[in-house]
Amino acid sequence: MAKLTKTEIAHVARLAKLKITSAETDKFQKQLSKVLDYFNELDEVDTSDQEPTSQTTGLKNVFRTDEIRTSGCLSQEETLSGTDRTKNGYFVVDAVLENKDL
Amino acid sequence: MDIPLTIKETQVGLKKKKFSAVELVDGYLKNIAKSDKDINSFVTVTEEVAYAQAKKADRLILDYGDKAFEDYPLLGVTVAHKDLFLTKGIRTTAGAKLLESYVPAYSATVVEKLENAGCIMLGKTNCDAWAHGSSGENSDFGPTKNPWNKKYVPGGSSSGSAAALAANMTLIATGTDTGSSVRLPASFCNLVGLKPTYGAVSRYGVIAMASSLDTVGCFGRTVDDVENIFTAIRGGDGKDSTVKTAEWQKPKAKMKLGIPKEYFIKGTDQELEKSILAAIEIYRKNGVLIKEVSLPLTKYAISAYYIIAPAEISSNLSRYDGIRYGNLRNSFADEAKRRIMLGTYVLSSGYYDAYYLKAMKVRSKIIQNFEKVFQEVDVLVAPVSPTPPFKLGEKIQDPLKMYLADIFTVPANLAGIPGLAVPCGFTDKGLSLGFQLMGPRFSENTLFALAKLFEKATNYKPKVANL
Repeated sequence: MAKLTKTEIAHVARLAKLKITSAETDKFQKQLSKVLDYFNELDEVDTSDQEPTSQTTGLKNVFRTDEIRTSGCLSQEETLSGTDRTKNGYFVVDAVLENKDL
Repeated sequence: MDIPLTIKETQVGLKKKKFSAVELVDGYLKNIAKSDKDINSFVTVTEEVAYAQAKKADRLILDYGDKAFEDYPLLGVTVAHKDLFLTKGIRTTAGAKLLESYVPAYSATVVEKLENAGCIMLGKTNCDAWAHGSSGENSDFGPTKNPWNKKYVPGGSSSGSAAALAANMTLIATGTDTGSSVRLPASFCNLVGLKPTYGAVSRYGVIAMASSLDTVGCFGRTVDDVENIFTAIRGGDGKDSTVKTAEWQKPKAKMKLGIPKEYFIKGTDQELEKSILAAIEIYRKNGVLIKEVSLPLTKYAISAYYIIAPAEISSNLSRYDGIRYGNLRNSFADEAKRRIMLGTYVLSSGYYDAYYLKAMKVRSKIIQNFEKVFQEVDVLVAPVSPTPPFKLGEKIQDPLKMYLADIFTVPANLAGIPGLAVPCGFTDKGLSLGFQLMGPRFSENTLFALAKLFEKATNYKPKVANL
């Protein structure tokens, strides 16, 4: 079994911006490997002549007229209502780049 | 007062002034106060809104009499919304700690449509966090219990919506069905539950799980009720571009019902299978043609689903960054983490072709299976799940075992076709039994007609659990 390695678990967690503990790594490694193992049954299905399906409506290029719809717009106040971390009408975010002396 | 169990009885009572809408709200809130500490079907009870809307309903009835019910087809009908539906000014959690204090600035289209049809909102119902689960046990606000037997799960993920109906805490409820989440709880709580055709109902303002599979559905105690709710919520709003305006199929005079042999397999609970075979016999006796058919790819649907759904989940849940609203990503609980990681993995470089692309191709074959079968028969009848409700705690430690509870429901989501869960009695131990009808896209009216035929033939009477 153990198809997923601990390194892969850590890699995937990093890609998904999840912080997981080493106990969680062990648990998820076991559980997710078992699930991935189950997926192997799909190898039995011949899909060589198949196109993939990503949606089932058959709709393509749904357009609407290019106009401002005020009914679907939130005010600045409403937009900011979900957090206390605002400044001058903006969201406050953590710095992405660190300040390094060159 | 005795609370009526159907929309029709409720509205007749209101018209005849047997009770007022305010008195109805009194009754439901009393039931919630009495039993919901134990059942845990509500995350938020919206008492103030309920009384305001009830007073408005009473005023309309006073001013316009019976005509009020023509303008507001669901006037006086109490509704509980799965906590995945945004409600302006009312906390919406998705059953997740990450959104424990999130108050939306707008409402979902379905919430607005039901309000405009005259509904009275009683509150927001518990569910598996982010709708990830088949039992209700993945809620970050504690599991919901099955009102028919509190040692058992009510089915998920729309667990609180179904339990609230079974416990007589609301008349109708909304839910979402991405893999099983309306049909399974409906079946486990002895209710009628509709998973509509993909694209039949707007999902605007409903917290997304897996966007190519998500549908907005509903619960009632009779087929009539569910049909009435569906009539009120279906159709586009210009805000969800997956909504399709289609021609609704009309039920035929002589219908052909297919029994897909792959849904009647070893390991299916004997009592459940017997009850479904008895239902099929009732259809036969009532002039419906019965034919055995085959959907050979059924077995593979669960794998395809648990690749495609987590892939889309990992993408949809990436928006929860804790910056604009909600808590930080470290407040995701285990099941969300598992699905985000699984989805990220099957989409990641080197595995995309082997898992995600393969699953999307298998999905094509599953759709072709259904298309072929619907040339032979009008509707399919099958179990909703391989077993009646299972015990709380029985599957929660083993994710794969939990996923397999969805084996008979996920094919309809992959194919985008409608499914209707219909109650068909109880086990000897008093656990709920049910079956599902599945038809081609936009065949909801045919499903309703067949389900009503069953209700009529069995002299079905809606019931609620004695708590």
